[in-house]
Amino acid sequence: MKRSFPLVFAFIVGFLVLLAEFIPHRPFNDLISTLENWFMIISGFAILLGQISLIRVNSQIIAHKEENWQYHLAGMISFALMLIFGLLWGMREAPGLLGSGESFVNQMGMKPFDYLFTYAYMPLSATVFSLLAFFIASAAYRAFIIRGFESNLLMITAVIVIIGRTSIGSMLTGWLPESLRFWHIPNLADFIMEYPNTAAQRAIMISAGLGIVGSSLRIILGIERSYLGGDK
Amino acid sequence: MKISSSTERKIIYSVLFIAVALPLLFPIGWKTDVSGYTRMAYDLIEESPDESVVLISFDYDPSTMTEIQPMAEAQIEHAFKRNQRVIATALWPMGVQMAEQAFSSVIKNYPDKQYGIDYVNLGYKVGGMVTIQAMGRNLSEVYPADQGGTPYAELPMLKGINRLKDLAWISSLSSGTPGLKEWVMVAGDSYGVPVTGGCTAISAPGFFPYVNEQRQLYGLLGGLKAASEYEGLIDRIGPATMKMDAQSIAHLLILIFIAIGNVKAYVSRRRVAQ
Repeated sequence: MKRSFPLVFAFIVGFLVLLAEFIPHRPFNDLISTLENWFMIISGFAILLGQISLIRVNSQIIAHKEENWQYHLAGMISFALMLIFGLLWGMREAPGLLGSGESFVNQMGMKPFDYLFTYAYMPLSATVFSLLAFFIASAAYRAFIIRGFESNLLMITAVIVIIGRTSIGSMLTGWLPESLRFWHIPNLADFIMEYPNTAAQRAIMISAGLGIVGSSLRIILGIERSYLGGDK
Repeated sequence: MKISSSTERKIIYSVLFIAVALPLLFPIGWKTDVSGYTRMAYDLIEESPDESVVLISFDYDPSTMTEIQPMAEAQIEHAFKRNQRVIATALWPMGVQMAEQAFSSVIKNYPDKQYGIDYVNLGYKVGGMVTIQAMGRNLSEVYPADQGGTPYAELPMLKGINRLKDLAWISSLSSGTPGLKEWVMVAGDSYGVPVTGGCTAISAPGFFPYVNEQRQLYGLLGGLKAASEYEGLIDRIGPATMKMDAQSIAHLLILIFIAIGNVKAYVSRRRVAQ
């Protein structure tokens, strides 16, 4: 019962949703609307579940003083601060349990949650992403080495796309006459993106699409059961 | 002289830092060509009727705001110029704040635009693709109130806007899943609403197949360059235009690093052969 009920439920719901795509009339459209609401409610609980899991995993690391536990502690303090400030004084227009924190707004210009978000979270988040540029520069220096035909092809393509995506590309070949516009570097970069890239991307997308259809059918028919958290 | 790998890395990082910082401090003002993808996105907004209601979905967070936030500001400004009314939604939790910031930045140049009449922020909704499907059937069921708690029915600009089909266009500014792909598949393909959007430069190649003859996607803004092109089209000197010089220099520097790396590899191979 414990395993067969979810399987039967998944089969019925999956089959109904599939059917409703082809019969968009009553009672199917009402049913789909209800199922969509259920999905959004369950997804909301998934966020809560994620937070509980975050607290549990980090607490264990901190309690056992595992390697780099200090970073986990910093993460937990940050999490707690944002949660407390958000709950107590809310964010933007939405009030919190203790109101809208007018005294903070008078002093800092905004609520504590918004202040931390704007002046701590946003710059830190953008900085971490920006660090990628340094790794890319270092990796390009090491990895883009001409060794054979394939690496030559990769190198030439990369150089065209890199230059084509800058203002320098426009300037370098901007003087070309109209009849030779195809060889203008930004146009060449667009050509690479539009034809060879799109062809390869489409092949990947079609394969992935077929894979999704296959695995969905396996779930609906009860062949794939790993989502139950079980064995085989 | 042999330079260790660690020293090499430090040199690369330092040179790149200086190369990116200098154009940000002292802008050069290089111009860029407008690509067909950017032009198509611009044309969709330009050719949509005045007074129409449109939707911009903020499906990103602060990590990618350097590339995507300028697109959001440019598209809002373009919509305001056309007197179109903008609904902001978010499939990412942080998208709500991104929308707030984009509106606050643009509204400085449009002080006559009023919240609830010219623009509204409906906030974040969990659920990704299923949420978009539900919005296609009934917007007010998914968003019973806006971000500040004002009921849907009390927001003047939303009168007569019941589902996605009532919108002139949708733009998803996206840095992952859920995002642009979901909007194309549901709002574009299922409900027939014109969809355009923007993403980081690194994820743009994955979206180009959707810009096709079936018009699944009306153009695409891929990365900072596209954002600066869009700013150019609407005569706005915004953050993307100012940052584009730094990106151009950084790209050039990466090419120089690649050339140096190849010379080094060639010399090393010759030495081994000898």
